[in-house]
Amino acid sequence: MSFELNGKSYETDEDGYLLDLDLWSEEVAKFLAEKEDIQMDDKHWEIVNFLREYYREYQIAPAIKILVKEIAARNEMQKKDASAFLYDLFPNGPAVQACKIAGLPKPTGCV
Amino acid sequence: MSTKDNPSNSNGKFLNPTPILDDLEKGPWPSFLTGFKKLAERTKKTMIRGVLDQLEYSYKTKMGYWKGGLVSVVGYGAGIITRYSLIQDKIPEAKEFHTMRLQPPPGLHYNTKMLRELCDIWEKHGSGIVCMHGQTGDLMLQGVPEQNVQECFDELNRKGWDLGGAGASVRTGASCVGPARCDDSCYDTLKVHYEVLKHFTGLVHRPEFPYKLKFKFAGCPNDCVNSIMRSDIAFIGTFRDAIKVDNAEVKNWVQKNGMDSLVNNVINRCPTKAITLKGEGIEIEDKDCVRCMHCINVMSKALSIGSDKGLSLLMGGKSHLKVGSMLGSMIVPFVKAETDEDIENLIELLERIIEWWDDNAFDHERLGETIERVSLKEFLKGVELEPDINMVNTPRDNPYFKAEF
Repeated sequence: MSFELNGKSYETDEDGYLLDLDLWSEEVAKFLAEKEDIQMDDKHWEIVNFLREYYREYQIAPAIKILVKEIAARNEMQKKDASAFLYDLFPNGPAVQACKIAGLPKPTGCV
Repeated sequence: MSTKDNPSNSNGKFLNPTPILDDLEKGPWPSFLTGFKKLAERTKKTMIRGVLDQLEYSYKTKMGYWKGGLVSVVGYGAGIITRYSLIQDKIPEAKEFHTMRLQPPPGLHYNTKMLRELCDIWEKHGSGIVCMHGQTGDLMLQGVPEQNVQECFDELNRKGWDLGGAGASVRTGASCVGPARCDDSCYDTLKVHYEVLKHFTGLVHRPEFPYKLKFKFAGCPNDCVNSIMRSDIAFIGTFRDAIKVDNAEVKNWVQKNGMDSLVNNVINRCPTKAITLKGEGIEIEDKDCVRCMHCINVMSKALSIGSDKGLSLLMGGKSHLKVGSMLGSMIVPFVKAETDEDIENLIELLERIIEWWDDNAFDHERLGETIERVSLKEFLKGVELEPDINMVNTPRDNPYFKAEF
């Protein structure tokens, strides 16, 4: 599968995850977010950027546990609230939506 | 399948021929196949036809063709088990066959109204196949395409149903029938189940743990929900005082079943030899009793559980992967679970335990494995519990003894 944006073609897997991570740009993220019915604001960008930084460093998407802890620390909230906050931003789950918008490959594992 | 391999409808019937599968119906036991066929013929759901075709093909090629993926409903990260077919081009009717896990009520006390509503909604959106219950304890609705998932869930949710846990989350709880239908229940399994799961419901729907975490609630050491082997945190009812003996009823029992049965089936089978014959009745040395429940099960009129009732918390039960199957070990020997305050305290302890596990476990490590890796001593320190003489792997003899009678 693939999609066109500003005259450029982007290859994706069958679930819409970018195949070439280097082609990611903010425009691509906005386009993917729109497809997920998500209006990107600062909070969304913070998570997307964190996911990309983490991926650059470890070559793997962070476990949700790590993501929740990071959000709790950054926003000075309880882990429980951080998890609800995360799902408010990405209602279908951070694994499904945030990773896709951040241009990361589809998370694997037993979900 | 291509029309050459599988002449769809050429036999004039809705279902395609499945000669290998049909063998399953020949044995002495009922087969799921009979139900599937009946359902498919009644509802004309092409999805079921496709799944049977794919299974037939699987049996022929000795390969499975399902793969996972990511499907969820708004606000939830768990509860849908995704199944996409790897051979969609061959058998397009079985393209998607996702499962929705639903939480059953405590003690599986359904009412027919809700079940009827469930069936109607499910047949509208999904295949109509219901599995009660899966190994996880959930009511499984098997076979729904991705595009129907949200609407189906919304309708079920409006009727009072909720999705269960999946992935690295708190999983759907299970409890025995408890005080509703059993004399041996040492605490209100239904209430404790309800309160605990209500408290942790966010963690059921939003997986964020190192791995899965399960609670199960058994009213007595008979452990009808297999909590000791199937849950990380098992709540098993027990009592602190002596077994109540009604020697008049013992006499009746002996008259009916004979003295040899009393000696051979009850006294000799007591794992800690706590029972002695005394005149025409029996005497139980309470300090030797390990609450295996055998004598109470055999002589349920003459013997009954004590009055000072509560529960034991056992932790670490699990099956396969990493270190292999483990039974839960005793962590809290006795705690009362009668008042709301008791239950609140219990939940507070669970919070501490989960927090500790979440902080200390490796990825994909169950509670029991973490305790085994860092030692019980470290675990107790971490969750602020005092060491207790009862926290041993095997107190004297096998306390989980069961025998036929």
